[in-house]
Amino acid sequence: MPPAIDPAATAWLLVSTALVLLMTPALAFFYGGLVRSRSVLNTMMMSIASLGVVGLTWALAGYSVAFAPGSALAGGPAFLGLSGVGLEAHGVIPHLLFFAYQATFAIITAALISGAVVERLRFSAYLLFLPLWTLVVYAPVAHWVWGGGWLASLGALDFAGGTVVHINAAVAALVAATLLKPRQDYGRQALLPHNVPFVLLGAGLLWFGWFGFNGGSALAADGLASLAFVNTLLAPAATLTTWMLLDLARTGRPTAVGAGTGIVVGLVAVTPAAGFVSPLSAICLGALAAAPSYFAIQWRSRTRLDDSLDVVAAHGLGGVVGALLTGVFAEKAWGGAAGLLDGNPKQLLVQAVAVLATVAWSGGASYGLFKLVDKLVGLRVEPRAEGLGLDRPLHAEEAYATDAGAILVLEEPVAAQAMGEPTTHPAAP
Amino acid sequence: MKLIVAIIRPERLSAVLESLFKAEVRGLSISRVQGHGGETEAVETYRGTTVKMSLHDKIRLEIGVSAPFVDPTVQAILRSARTGEVGDGKVFVVPIEKVYRIRTGEEDIAAVTPVVAGS
Repeated sequence: MPPAIDPAATAWLLVSTALVLLMTPALAFFYGGLVRSRSVLNTMMMSIASLGVVGLTWALAGYSVAFAPGSALAGGPAFLGLSGVGLEAHGVIPHLLFFAYQATFAIITAALISGAVVERLRFSAYLLFLPLWTLVVYAPVAHWVWGGGWLASLGALDFAGGTVVHINAAVAALVAATLLKPRQDYGRQALLPHNVPFVLLGAGLLWFGWFGFNGGSALAADGLASLAFVNTLLAPAATLTTWMLLDLARTGRPTAVGAGTGIVVGLVAVTPAAGFVSPLSAICLGALAAAPSYFAIQWRSRTRLDDSLDVVAAHGLGGVVGALLTGVFAEKAWGGAAGLLDGNPKQLLVQAVAVLATVAWSGGASYGLFKLVDKLVGLRVEPRAEGLGLDRPLHAEEAYATDAGAILVLEEPVAAQAMGEPTTHPAAP
Repeated sequence: MKLIVAIIRPERLSAVLESLFKAEVRGLSISRVQGHGGETEAVETYRGTTVKMSLHDKIRLEIGVSAPFVDPTVQAILRSARTGEVGDGKVFVVPIEKVYRIRTGEEDIAAVTPVVAGS
């Protein structure tokens, strides 16, 4: 008998898909608040663009590379252009819904990379990079872990995408920041967040969306989904608290940008573990995840690596710590797989293999793709555009425009003249 | 004593401050202003509305200096604010009638001679 579609699971996954989609605009606010005001639109557009470009790429080809029957390394061509993806059951939800849910993951993963390249990457280069990276890097790694590929066969635990999403994106971010070189003002003047409330808004909405990211990854509306949901509540709470204590110990003043960062690091760390560990372990995992990212961020800003919004420290290191601690804290009684503390030390090794494989593939392939894009359109904007901030030169818009001195350009000069009005108002002398 | 008023490009501000610091010019105020210096108007589009931005963001520096510092200050600004394109800005040197330092009531030269807090 073919598996039946479960209405409860379908309802929850429909909601989860919408929740995960919201994470990408949330990321736009998180990243947008962290940059200077003259590049905020460009920064936010890099997240928003992914909704369109990666969404299409995923439908046309990415989903097939990740989830169609194929080899251990990549999926086959069966689902190209969504052929064969219909209303039939995939697990206990409609196949089409599973596709949409996965699409939202591909979209945010690519968008995460943009945090390393803000205020200097050519937008056309970014638009070209998005589909290439999704097809060549993201989709195969998703296949390894979730599509029945070799890491799945090896028994690697990655509940909602610690390796596939976060480590994967962070390594690409590291490569991008290295190839692109620092911003011209980097290390010469303070580059301050222009809107900290945006950062907190983004972090809050990311947390909200993450309940769909982790809770939905159970692909059911059951106890496992509830476990992942609760762990998504508790782990970031522990990371956030630890982060504020670290701030308090270091400078005596807990910071708002730190709090937003702590939330994201906790969410990243619990992602691979959400459905495998007990709620108490999730709290330990969240607390343990704070310090590595915290000190990596302090250290990074004193180097020449302009990973501008600390994608590597937050998502890379947070992802690695989460992936490894999943191998430590996993319990058979909760999620059906045993880790180090449950008498299965080998799991920790398998987790390390999954991390290393992702780092190697994403590092090598992302390097090749960035070099290719550099050859085709060039990665870096003109120095003058960089000095002005990217919003005006690249998008012909300002985030915080005043109408002072704005001369309306009338679209129909003939009609306008007939009405006795000049086509433009002369500028003040 | 002169008041030096300079209108510069915002993106040159850090270079100008660095250059003034090297010229040992201390004590200045800046403000964000908008102005028109003959440069090409930037075109922006919002939905169906296209506008030419005739006023550009500029930074205004105001520096009160004693006579020996006038030329070094002006030269430092000219050197560091220049890009060679229309819209680089202006430097005005304006006579000052009287200067008071509010904290001490010192006047004129004493009032524009910088002191370092704590010294």
